[in-house]
Amino acid sequence: MSTVATAPARTEPVQRAYPPGHEPVHNYLHEPGPGPDVHGFQRFWEIFKSWATTVDHKRIGVMYLFTISIFFAVAGIAALGVRAELLAPGSQFLTADQYNKLFTFHGVVMVFLFIIPSIPASLGNFILPIQLGAKDVAFPKLNLMSYYLFLTGASIALYAIFSGGIDTGWTFYTPYSDTTNTAVLPMTMAVFVAGFATILTGINFIVTIHKMRAPGLTWNRLPLFIWALYAVSIVQILATPVIGITMVLLALERFIGIGIFDPALGGDPVLFQHFFWFYSHPAVYIMILPAFGVISELMGTFSRQKVFGYRAIALSSVAIAMLGFMVWGHHMFVSGQSPLSSIVFSVITFLIGVPSGIKILNWVATMYKGSVWLATPMLFALAFLFLFTIGGLTGIMVGAIGVDIHLHDTYFVVAHFHYVMMGGTVFAMVGALFYWWPKMFGRMMSETWGRISAVVMFFGFNMTFFTQFILGSQGMPRRYFTYLPQYQDLHVVSTIGSWFLALGLLMVLGNMIWSLFRGKPAPGNPWGAATLEWTHTTSPPDHHNFHRTPLVTHGPYDYDVLFSGDGAGGDGAGGVRIAGQPAPIPDPEVGGPQEMEKSVDQGTSQPDSALD
Amino acid sequence: MAVHPTTIAVDDPHAGAHGSHDHGGDHPPHLKHYFISSEQQFDAAKLGMWLFLVTEILLFGGMFVAYGIYRSMYPELFVEASTQLNTVMGGINTLVLLASSLTVAWAIRCAQTDNQRGLFWNLVATVCLAGVFMVIKYFEYTHKFHLGIFPGSHYTFFAEGTPFTLPGVEAAAEHGGGHHIPEGELPLTNQRAGLFFSIYYVMTGIHGIHVLIGMIAISTLAVKAWKGKYSSAWYTPVENVGLYWHVVDIIWIFLFPLMYLIS
Amino acid sequence: MEQKGSFWLPPQSSTTAHEIDALFYFILWASVVVMVGVTFFMVYYAWKYRRRSHADRPVEVHPSKALELSWVVVPSLLVLVVFFWGFKTFVSAGIPPDNAYEIRVVAKQWLWEFEYPNGTHSVGDLYVPVGEPVELVMTSTDVLHSFFVPDFRVKHDVVPNRYSTVWFEVKEAGEYQVFCTEYCGTSHSEMYAKVIAVDRGTFNQWLQSGGGGEDLPLPRLGEQLYTQQACVTCHSIDGSVKVGPSWLGHWGQTRPFADGGSAVMDANYVAESITMPQAHIVEGFANAAMPAYPNLTERQLAGIVAYIRELNGDWSAADSVAAASDSTAAPADSAAVPAAAEPVPAE
Repeated sequence: MSTVATAPARTEPVQRAYPPGHEPVHNYLHEPGPGPDVHGFQRFWEIFKSWATTVDHKRIGVMYLFTISIFFAVAGIAALGVRAELLAPGSQFLTADQYNKLFTFHGVVMVFLFIIPSIPASLGNFILPIQLGAKDVAFPKLNLMSYYLFLTGASIALYAIFSGGIDTGWTFYTPYSDTTNTAVLPMTMAVFVAGFATILTGINFIVTIHKMRAPGLTWNRLPLFIWALYAVSIVQILATPVIGITMVLLALERFIGIGIFDPALGGDPVLFQHFFWFYSHPAVYIMILPAFGVISELMGTFSRQKVFGYRAIALSSVAIAMLGFMVWGHHMFVSGQSPLSSIVFSVITFLIGVPSGIKILNWVATMYKGSVWLATPMLFALAFLFLFTIGGLTGIMVGAIGVDIHLHDTYFVVAHFHYVMMGGTVFAMVGALFYWWPKMFGRMMSETWGRISAVVMFFGFNMTFFTQFILGSQGMPRRYFTYLPQYQDLHVVSTIGSWFLALGLLMVLGNMIWSLFRGKPAPGNPWGAATLEWTHTTSPPDHHNFHRTPLVTHGPYDYDVLFSGDGAGGDGAGGVRIAGQPAPIPDPEVGGPQEMEKSVDQGTSQPDSALD
Repeated sequence: MAVHPTTIAVDDPHAGAHGSHDHGGDHPPHLKHYFISSEQQFDAAKLGMWLFLVTEILLFGGMFVAYGIYRSMYPELFVEASTQLNTVMGGINTLVLLASSLTVAWAIRCAQTDNQRGLFWNLVATVCLAGVFMVIKYFEYTHKFHLGIFPGSHYTFFAEGTPFTLPGVEAAAEHGGGHHIPEGELPLTNQRAGLFFSIYYVMTGIHGIHVLIGMIAISTLAVKAWKGKYSSAWYTPVENVGLYWHVVDIIWIFLFPLMYLIS
Repeated sequence: MEQKGSFWLPPQSSTTAHEIDALFYFILWASVVVMVGVTFFMVYYAWKYRRRSHADRPVEVHPSKALELSWVVVPSLLVLVVFFWGFKTFVSAGIPPDNAYEIRVVAKQWLWEFEYPNGTHSVGDLYVPVGEPVELVMTSTDVLHSFFVPDFRVKHDVVPNRYSTVWFEVKEAGEYQVFCTEYCGTSHSEMYAKVIAVDRGTFNQWLQSGGGGEDLPLPRLGEQLYTQQACVTCHSIDGSVKVGPSWLGHWGQTRPFADGGSAVMDANYVAESITMPQAHIVEGFANAAMPAYPNLTERQLAGIVAYIRELNGDWSAADSVAAASDSTAAPADSAAVPAAAEPVPAE
């Protein structure tokens, strides 16, 4: 054990009721809440109230996680329905109209109610302030308000769906969305309101990152997850207002016939597409950039190696966010925009592909000479690398104008964006959940089942969507209720794959629920990570995150510092020792004093000790 | 090994209050427990407000883009339809909003100098000026509705013999046709007139909603100012609402020439 | 050339298809190389540097500027090559030759209508001459559609109030599938058409006959029109309800209308429903917007009526004989067709 350098002058003992490292932990999951003497319905009500009115970013993150998981499940079931209907040409158990409503439901809910808020609103809300060493986000009340705005938007969307559904596809293209007699009006309002939630979260994150970093946490020491969330927030702020006004215009068009997008009145339906994609292409980066951030964290932690090309990854996130605003026209190569603009959009599209490619190579290089631990989060990270690379390379395919003419609006495009969003974002998010779950709920998930689910999901995913590349390049158009018999074989394979994918996701869900009740209590830093949420807080964190504001003196992936014997405790004491030993801390939730890991460089405690 | 993460406690004003919600330390009452200093809190609020205003600019930016595209598609429509807008009323409204920007800036100055009376009365003046703006807007709108100048397909204020080729417009014109045209009013001959007024109503309407929201916000500030909540030590809400009001003002400064002064 | 597609792509049946395919395969193989490389290093590193004990320490790696620079420059060059190639095919495949034969296309929910320079109309079947460039000038009367022929590698959106064009030159005679690839509502997935490529002589003959079907017996003509005119998109012949009512099971019955009236489904009613579909709408189908078909000839109308009668078992051999011997039998049926829909003579 190396010498424990007592922190310099700044640790002059402050008079406290508790010695350092012995402060009681106020588990955020239970406090604030009713005291032990409150029982029955009263108790339930008090707990409910304390959650519903909380301004604690951790609770809001958990509430977001719960809400979007429900939407993911519902929209996922819709996807299974869509796939099942496509088992054979003609009607299986749906009519054409029902099918159209079902795929629209899948698209709208997945995009606007799941994947856009997914990582930033749930894990971002939980982790960002802790990684920054802050006690909360800059505007906690605004944070709660954004959750309720999201919930309001989601309720309107559900109303739209149950009041007859909507059959325009998630893209709402005019003039079809002007003329269809389905519930377009409430759905546009839902997107508008949910957009507000996104904007508020974005503002909150940017201000928090700018103004509330712990002392010593310079921009060059920010974890890459924070960099990614920073880039995402920029996109959210700049892009979301445009979809807002587009939805308002579409709603007014249906409501009072203003005709801005209606060719019958001299309006231009292609303008709607420009507006829509001006938001929705950057929105693709809202979906994928947080996943990049997660993968950087996972590759670093599980390779125990500095993330290769930290600066390139950090800055390329911001570069992607900016360039992302200049490529929307690549969704419109065959729409009738001028050929010149198609060419310009195509070239910028290729330029934006380069930073993404660099990231992939940097992540692979991070493993070089590292110490790679193939725990479940790492398996998901590797699956992400494989799937996202396919998603990116097929992006080159559809970005080349000549080839896109053939592939546009076919299953090839469907497969491409599922590789990016499902294979990219969802795999990263599941990996991130396995990674941060112990921090969030203080329980370990099952490693065995975690690894099995990673393999099943990977297999099922490729079976479902790789077949769709072939279907698409063979000419099968998207959004087809029925199809020509020559496409049936591949459709059947794809549908069966979707069952494996669903099975894998069910295993993940089961694992989560199991861990909440049966999982092993999590130590403060089960993975041996070096960012503040692992080194300076307990699992789960205290109501106020930290007992004292952390002082950051090294980068987020400086594992060598961790192994020097200091700071790896996860004891909330940040390396403060009593008599040369890490101070054990009582954890009222886990029951009994939580076992403090022995010093890492003795090689005995980390990391499997928490798992087996 | 000189570096390692640890914690500091010296700059934490809430150090004694851990785990409880009554932050009884020696920090000012407006300072939230998750901020370290008033300065940090003020900077954060201001940055947040600026970011919000960026989203406002982009919201209107989308509409200005639509305006630009349709103006370049149908230049003669914009010139002709613009004659229906009352330049005098629009001009007065511009002056009214400029004056309100002055009073709100003055209010912030009063807050900085602890002039409670000045703060209150300047806020009241701002609300009143905004009210004048809305009243003038009301008269402009009702006059147009009276003539049949509605957005999009509902527009009916056409001159006799307007050549229709757009089916939707013709139907609307027939539906509302045969009405009395008051003296001195010149009906339009451009079949796409409704499109211009769609843009006009949407842009001025959404701007009007922003004015209303501003009136509510400033009224709230005035009530709190009356109770003496703001001082040079803490006037963040006044500052931020002031910023918002300037943006609402600037948007109108762009709307006025683009809508009313086309020639 | 070969009429068989490959694992990835359908047959190359137009003169420009091979250019697009060449770029497709270039990107495909380049991607395979990248994928194999990334996967190899991923698996190799994960195995070679696997954590053997919890005390494992990584070896410090000094980032190499040259390495980082190389993987900025190489992919950039690669994507620029792809861009220029894509740009080239886009331009060469996008500009129709001057001598292209022009056909106008009108897309509507949910059928394709083709009009040839001599005024001939067809629905659902696009006849083109083999070995000659053909340019389609397309517009839509309702929502967005998109004209896509996989075998030709051509696609373009069809936008109301706007003309868009695609061109192609078919290499071999045959039938090629047309899809609509811009989502357009209920029967989007059945908005099929066929490109029928024939030699110039046959094409001219077809053009002169104004759409063919001259020598068919009436029910067979009706059956042909059922698919050709895309009736199949909305009307079933097995009794199931699609967008519109089925052709089976209502013949001779009294049909209640959405506006409260009713009528017996006879030849007059069928003819009216085809030429002026909005005149009387059967209850339950108020939202179905069937396009009008004023351009059908009297014989074609009679053919559809005959086909419906045959489906419903109301057509006997005697009728066939009568229809064959007395060419006025059909007009007698459609005599009451309103003047507005007076059929255009076939020639």
